[in-house]
Amino acid sequence: MARTFSVRRQSGFATVAMLCFFLLYLPIAALVVYAFNAGTSIAIWEGFSLRWFVSAWNNQQVVEASWRSLRIAAIAAVLATACATLAALATTHTAPYRGLTAKYAFINMPLLVPEIVTAVALLVFFSRVKLWTGYSGLGYLILAHSAFCVPFAYLPIRARLESMDASLGRAAADLYATPLQIFRHVTLPLLWPGVFAGLMLAFIISLDDVVITEFVKSSGQDTLPTYMLGQLRRAITPEMNAISTVFLLLSLSLVTVFFCLSRNRKKES
Amino acid sequence: MMAAAYESGAISLEGVMKRFGDFQAVDNVTLDIKLNEFFTLLGPSGCGKTTLLRMIAGFEMPSGGRILLDGKEISDLLPNQRPVNTVFQNYALFPHMSVAGNIGFGLKMLGRPKGEIRAAVAEMLRLVQLEGRGDSAVTQLSGGQQQRVALARALAPRPKVLLLDEPLSALDLKLRKSMQIELKRLQAETGITFVFVTHDQEEALSMSDRIAVMSHGKVRQVGSPADIYHRPADRFVADFIGETNFIEADAVSIAGGVARVRLPSGVEIPATFPAGVTPSGKVTVVIRPEHAQMVAQAGDGALRGIVGDIIYLGTDTHFHVRLDDGSPFIVRRQNATNGPSEFSPGESVGIRISDNVAQIVMNQP
Repeated sequence: MARTFSVRRQSGFATVAMLCFFLLYLPIAALVVYAFNAGTSIAIWEGFSLRWFVSAWNNQQVVEASWRSLRIAAIAAVLATACATLAALATTHTAPYRGLTAKYAFINMPLLVPEIVTAVALLVFFSRVKLWTGYSGLGYLILAHSAFCVPFAYLPIRARLESMDASLGRAAADLYATPLQIFRHVTLPLLWPGVFAGLMLAFIISLDDVVITEFVKSSGQDTLPTYMLGQLRRAITPEMNAISTVFLLLSLSLVTVFFCLSRNRKKES
Repeated sequence: MMAAAYESGAISLEGVMKRFGDFQAVDNVTLDIKLNEFFTLLGPSGCGKTTLLRMIAGFEMPSGGRILLDGKEISDLLPNQRPVNTVFQNYALFPHMSVAGNIGFGLKMLGRPKGEIRAAVAEMLRLVQLEGRGDSAVTQLSGGQQQRVALARALAPRPKVLLLDEPLSALDLKLRKSMQIELKRLQAETGITFVFVTHDQEEALSMSDRIAVMSHGKVRQVGSPADIYHRPADRFVADFIGETNFIEADAVSIAGGVARVRLPSGVEIPATFPAGVTPSGKVTVVIRPEHAQMVAQAGDGALRGIVGDIIYLGTDTHFHVRLDDGSPFIVRRQNATNGPSEFSPGESVGIRISDNVAQIVMNQP
């Protein structure tokens, strides 16, 4: 029997794979370890301590920036998911027509446009709006975050919608449901895992953003990532590691929650 | 038995058309589907039968013509405004609802009180023999059970007409046979007009009160199963329904609504013909394989030929005979006894044709 060619059986494949994982996760592991350093260095281990977590917790600027980040991410994720859901409903289960591909492209464009371009464009645009309206609150950041989160929320929602049987909507209409009732009783309950995934993804993407936030924020509007960026220009202490570790934990727990929810769904069906 | 009487409705199609771009899916169909009738739209895939059904349901708007329910035009109504329910080919059950949730969905959308919905669901579960399964998830049911839930869901709001879009095609043969009987029983018990779409001629023949045979968007013939089988109007219908022998013959005379045709062998036999045509000259005659018998003396039959393949089918045996003029002819003989056939390939035989079984068909335009 001649063995067919398989990438998996090439010598060194496992080694390269292990190396990749190592390079990916070793720095993160190091970061987490040094968050518990008793000393003030991020490179020399001086014993175990939780002092940097306490220090971050007592740092007024960190707490304020975190709270701001969470608020922006929560509102932006909801807005982006709402827009993405509507966009997904409008672009799936339709017969192909001229311009449909263009619509996909427009919706997903923010994924491809360099973030710095979007950032500069928003900076210029919002500075005009600020002049006209005199308003300089968090609204600009929320709007900016909502805008670039839409494609991230759109992808899982559309994937879910595509896998849904189009005849379910017809069956509901046949059974006297109005379009609004179809959406409420059939489409939305079945779409919910996709919407939830979109919401999570948008939330994490917003929480994580540096470039656009840096350009759009007014003074005193630091989010956690931009605050950390600012701190890194000065002295680097394990406090940064501690904040990052908490951040990492938050992201991981969100992903875990979503994973558990979607697995339960699958068990049901 | 029934908590409330079912109300049945009649459908009239008047010159109904449907175009998809350049494709004429349904071409000027005029049909009357009567009250309490089990009516079947039969045809090969792409003949327009499903499109026609979808227009009655309201999922497609006709490009022309009118659809009437009990004399009132419904062509412009949305699906949720028509007292007509559909059993879908893939069932289209709501996967996030229980069996009871699915069955009660229509009544819930109509805003009926909870007590009434509960009673209707219980009655439907009994009707489709799924008592006690109301709380099950539909995804845990077998194909046959899902089929019953789909039926119950469509019947629960008591539609005037039930539309069934090839509902049995996903079931295996045994289950399909028992569901055919089940459907027939449900139709008799409820008296609701059923419009059934299928490409399976056996299914159509065994269940329907009347059948409309369709091809290329047109209705070829409407009639009872026996009409369609024994008196096909044209070559397409004769060919599509069952197995058939076509013989080119000459029409000699017409008397009393029956023609006499001269077969290639020179023998003359009587043949019926479709209403509205006067056969003359060269005609095509249809003779079903079970209406012919083989005889050992070649001179005794209306046709003569040489036995070719002999195909044993359990209940029947098919003899493929090559006639003297070279055309093929199939004779079906029921295997009433065990034992080998008395005919063997290469043998010269005569073919006798039963009385009054030949039908002249039109070659379609």
